[in-house]
Amino acid sequence: MSTAAQEKSVYEQMGGEPAMAAAVEVFYRKVLSDERISHFFEDVDMERQASKQKAFLTMVTGGPSSYSGKDMRAGHAHLVKRGLNDGHFDAVVEHLRSTLEELGVAAPLVARVLAIAGGARADVLNR
Amino acid sequence: MSMTHVKHESKWYPLEPEESVLDGLLRQGVAVPNSCRAGACQSCLMRATSGDVPDAARVGLKDTLRAQGYFLACVCKPVAGTRLEVSGADALRVAARIESVSPLSPSVLRVRLSTAAPLDYRAGQYVSLLREDGLARSYSLASLPREGLLELHVRRIPGGLMSGWLSEHARAGDAVSVQGPAGSCFYVPGRFEQPLLLAGTGTGLAPLYGIVRDALESGHTGPIWLFQGARTPEGLYLTDELRELARRHSGFHYRPSVLTGGSRDVAEGALDVLIRAECPRPAGFRAFLCGDSGLVLSLRKKLFLSGLSLKDLHADVFLPSTPRAEASGAR
Ligand SMILES: Cc1cc2nc3c(=O)[nH]c(=O)nc-3n(C[C@H](O)[C@H](O)[C@H](O)COP(=O)(O)OP(=O)(O)OC[C@H]3O[C@@H](n4cnc5c(N)ncnc54)[C@H](O)[C@@H]3O)c2cc1C
Ligand code: FES
Repeated sequence: MSTAAQEKSVYEQMGGEPAMAAAVEVFYRKVLSDERISHFFEDVDMERQASKQKAFLTMVTGGPSSYSGKDMRAGHAHLVKRGLNDGHFDAVVEHLRSTLEELGVAAPLVARVLAIAGGARADVLNR
Repeated sequence: MSMTHVKHESKWYPLEPEESVLDGLLRQGVAVPNSCRAGACQSCLMRATSGDVPDAARVGLKDTLRAQGYFLACVCKPVAGTRLEVSGADALRVAARIESVSPLSPSVLRVRLSTAAPLDYRAGQYVSLLREDGLARSYSLASLPREGLLELHVRRIPGGLMSGWLSEHARAGDAVSVQGPAGSCFYVPGRFEQPLLLAGTGTGLAPLYGIVRDALESGHTGPIWLFQGARTPEGLYLTDELRELARRHSGFHYRPSVLTGGSRDVAEGALDVLIRAECPRPAGFRAFLCGDSGLVLSLRKKLFLSGLSLKDLHADVFLPSTPRAEASGAR
């Protein structure tokens, strides 16, 4: 593999913004239909929820992201108060994995994305 | 922390911490039209002539309005210390007069309006209707632009200020004004074979009645499903007109339904159950949902989960007005 290909982010390799828009629909649908976690996503404003999911996907695929660790903490603090824990985090990561697989993302890239997502655990759970 | 000040008609008004521009102005006696207080109806539109408003105060506004500095006063909480100069939205209002008020059913009025200048809108959008004293409420347009007169379907709410006035006092010739249009629940020509799903309860039919006729006139060829829901048969209206439309267009399927009191012609049951029975696989449809918030938001979620793309889901929630505890100003 050439260095140029290696430097390309998963985001770019997947096809950038249009690919994220497609991925977020699949991902958000999975998250909303999972009874273990759907109550954390009950916000009636689906557009806003979806755009947050998209920002998250963009971040974990290495795209141009507006998320920082600090925002992740602040954004999830109220959910941690409502009981957000490792089990919920794992469920979201699992949906992320199956979304990427369904969209035909190559295994090594999926692994890279999941590693980045895993790195957000401490911030999301406010530890 | 320094205080926020809002200047309106050459006078400065201080805002309490966390207070919206609307609440602060009303509290201090400035008349600003308003209704939902939740950023949905656009009655409280104002224009910032200097100073910054947060992005949240411009959600849902057309780019042309944003560019001119318009914002929604009810959801505008400026950053502490901001000095904001504002004016009303009079420039966006069109003088109108009531042409007729007639019953469509025991609980729904058909209100027809003429405007001094033609209103540029798409069937299914909504407008703010303003009475001369500034009372404002939003109503969806049931008419098509080519019809000239604007048509509203107004449900009579017991004790309702605007609906009560329209049903008891308003007369042909009365002056009102109209602001808008707003909303993105309308038919866009194209993808003519795509199935359309329209669902609404009560006067949620108004925009759907416009959208269905717009789609048919634009040459839509895919199947069109219209689900009209009500608690009892008395809550349904325009049923004859819609049946007639369905007779003339084989691709148009009209399905009136009620929770109790169904008959041979009217299905009985919850709207989402009926929709699932008639359209079991709605992935790939374009959907339009209008009416009370509970139903619209839950249907929207169910349709998304059953495969509809968010970009194909158009919904307008008829949020009721929320009065302030110490009501003042325009109310
Ligand atoms: C985008 C949008 C589009 C709308 N389109 C339409 C339309 O096409 N046709 C239509 O009839 N209405 C529509 N509405 C609702 C409309 O704007 C008014 O809220 C409604 O007509 C009541 O106004 P009112 O002045 O008669 O009653 P108000 O004086 O505002 O209300 C009296 C009391 O009744 C309560 N109330 C008001 N509405 C309801 C309700 N639906 N259910 C239960 N309680 C209620 C209020 O909270 C208040 O306590 C729409 C609202 C929005 C935001
Ligand atoms: S949008 Fe402000 S009062 Fe409805």
